[in-house]
Amino acid sequence: MTWPALGQLAIFVAMLVAITRPLGAYMAAVYSGKRTFLSPALSPLERAIYRACGINPAIEQTWTSYAAATLLFGLVNFALFYVLLRLQGFLPWNPQGFGTARAPAGSLPVTPDLAFNTAVSFMTNTSWQSYPGEMTLGYFAQMAGVGVQSFTSAAAGMAVAVALIRGFIRERTGFVGNFWADMTRSAVYVLLPISFVGALFLCSQGVIQCLRPYLQVATVEGAAQTLPMGPVASQESIKLLSSDGGGFFNANSAHPFENPTPLTNLLEMLLMLAVPAGMTYTFGRMVNDRRQGWTLFAVMLALFGAGALAVTWSEQAGNPILSAAGVEHRPGLGQAGGNMEGKETRFGVGASALFSVVSTASADGAVNSSHDSFTPAGGLVQLFNLTTGEVIFGGVGTGLVSMLFMVVVTVFIAGLLVGRTPEYLGKKVEAKEMKMVMLSLVATSGVVLVLAGAAFLMRFDRGSYWNPTPALTENLTNHGAHGLSELLYANASAAATNGSAFGGLNANTPWFNLTLGLAMLVGRFLVIVPALAIAGCLTRKKRLAVTGGTMPTYGWLFGGLLVGTIVLVTALTFLPALALGPIAEHYLMHLGIPVR
Amino acid sequence: MKQLMIAVRATLVLALVTGVAYPLLVTGLSQLIFPHQANGSLAPVHGKIVGSELIGQRFTKPQYFHGRPSAAGNDGYDAIAPGGGASNYGPTNQKLVDRVQADMKTFRAENPTFTGPVPADLLTTSGSGLDPDISPASAEAQAGRVASARGMTVEAVRQLIAAHTQGRQFGILGEPRVNVLELNLALDQAAGAK
Repeated sequence: MTWPALGQLAIFVAMLVAITRPLGAYMAAVYSGKRTFLSPALSPLERAIYRACGINPAIEQTWTSYAAATLLFGLVNFALFYVLLRLQGFLPWNPQGFGTARAPAGSLPVTPDLAFNTAVSFMTNTSWQSYPGEMTLGYFAQMAGVGVQSFTSAAAGMAVAVALIRGFIRERTGFVGNFWADMTRSAVYVLLPISFVGALFLCSQGVIQCLRPYLQVATVEGAAQTLPMGPVASQESIKLLSSDGGGFFNANSAHPFENPTPLTNLLEMLLMLAVPAGMTYTFGRMVNDRRQGWTLFAVMLALFGAGALAVTWSEQAGNPILSAAGVEHRPGLGQAGGNMEGKETRFGVGASALFSVVSTASADGAVNSSHDSFTPAGGLVQLFNLTTGEVIFGGVGTGLVSMLFMVVVTVFIAGLLVGRTPEYLGKKVEAKEMKMVMLSLVATSGVVLVLAGAAFLMRFDRGSYWNPTPALTENLTNHGAHGLSELLYANASAAATNGSAFGGLNANTPWFNLTLGLAMLVGRFLVIVPALAIAGCLTRKKRLAVTGGTMPTYGWLFGGLLVGTIVLVTALTFLPALALGPIAEHYLMHLGIPVR
Repeated sequence: MKQLMIAVRATLVLALVTGVAYPLLVTGLSQLIFPHQANGSLAPVHGKIVGSELIGQRFTKPQYFHGRPSAAGNDGYDAIAPGGGASNYGPTNQKLVDRVQADMKTFRAENPTFTGPVPADLLTTSGSGLDPDISPASAEAQAGRVASARGMTVEAVRQLIAAHTQGRQFGILGEPRVNVLELNLALDQAAGAK
């Protein structure tokens, strides 16, 4: 590991800690309906949206009504995006003519299964992409489709987190807030202003932002090169801030037009973790006990830091098979070295390893390097991050929700150990809450293992509609242990609503489009609906006073217990699969055995 | 039913605000304040655009520095390759080993005067397939070839490399790098000035 790599990690963590409190406090004010410094500029927009949509923000909803609103909003968003994708040939700002007869050679038609997968993917805040953006979507489909879904899915996720927080604050009401108001406030006060400033900054550093057609140039040596264009900067900042992560281009944040410099790289990483980290402080502030929020933050940061160090170390060590072939991996004399396959020179292994951990820990899934080409230990950490179910900061809103699920499991286990009724923040954790948490945990991890397993067993006729090759493993670029990792990663990424990929899997076939779409729906709504059910349950209970027998849910002891629970639950569920994938490949690599 | 109507209206209103107004506002401001960056940081030579400073392009002639191998398209550096720009080879993939060995052979044949170990970035493909940069070590490894192909001294070539080497941003972020297009344009300019 090199000193600059460690320095970058330290700078990143320091900046993350620095923004957590102000952003968290700001969000707490927004969700409590208080005035903020942006209110003079933004409250007219907020009120205009309420008027145009017929929203009365003062109406309180029960958890079932709140959940119905969340689901309906998701459904309508899905429908709008699906229609935009299928009809993009008729839409404006489509200079390449995607979806029409004059579409460039090699462009990808948006078939019904691809449109389903893509619409589910962005509506669920996953942004798994079975398509290359620059060869599939026109600018209008990108802006009014992809871009809008980033805002709306993120805003919905944040609203759910706020409803769950209210579960711990309110007593004997049964009301969890107003979804439409919470969602609108998330979009107007948090997502729009930050992404606006971020977009302009990214553009100043070289991220493109125009509506021109693709540019044909003759290179210095006289070859033809087509430079893709588009409104990238506006999409780039919301893609990262929303934990959506779907790239304008296929190469995502590895593309120089999306992420041109190490500075933009740092900013993009901060955007990915800003809201999930800030939410921990929002939580502490709203439940009126900031230690609770900081404890969750510390647990997330500990898991994050351990992963970042492990990946950076492993990538810097490089690939011994290539060393044997004569590749110089060692840093020094004008190169940083390391495992550079799939990584950009301007980032090197340090900034690439860090980005990959940020992206897989948060539910963002943006990539600035090819995750498929990471060393097995690097891939193992990425897979582990996905399979924890986005608790290491996680998605905007849903990250805090998933972490609170793990907290509930932890207080339950601790309660069993000491023989007391478990409680958290003065609310008793009873059978109903535990059932909801277990439903979510079992469903979201079960769908990964079942679908990945099914992908190995399914057989089709050659040329079948579902998959043109008989075995789904023929859709893989890599075989052996790494092939298993590719399939496992795809399903884990979908169920964690992450959306990053081991890009070697050709997933644009009806089988993968539909099954991964299913995994995303499970991963999104079997977190959101149980969370709202728990919120509804908790708001009806009264808050118990803290006594000498109350187990403190802050500080080192509880934090350690929470880390242990997260690692244990993940390992118990996924260790066998991980052993056959990255762990087996690690030994193959060190034995120097490539796979054909 | 009432909620469904709100859902429809909220989706459409937010689509207008975040999907039309927001990107168009950013486009307008960017075009006004950062026109060079917003339109792709294009590099003109004698008024003719030869590419973008940010996007790597393919160099094969001996008098130019070559970029990294690229998996974008059949020949590399195809910015609209339908299959994307990354090789996606896992670390134990035999195809990766074969490709590296073949590229190593080519590199040694093209650079007979360079005998040191070949830097990692010069034998690996980037994530985008459009990497505009190489490491300073990879530029140094090609300096002898470029100098002899152009009839320049190696020292003169090294000076140009040094002049076009970008250090870590703020001394800490990313890695040192040389923009291949800028360096090659500087070489051409130096030759034209003579």
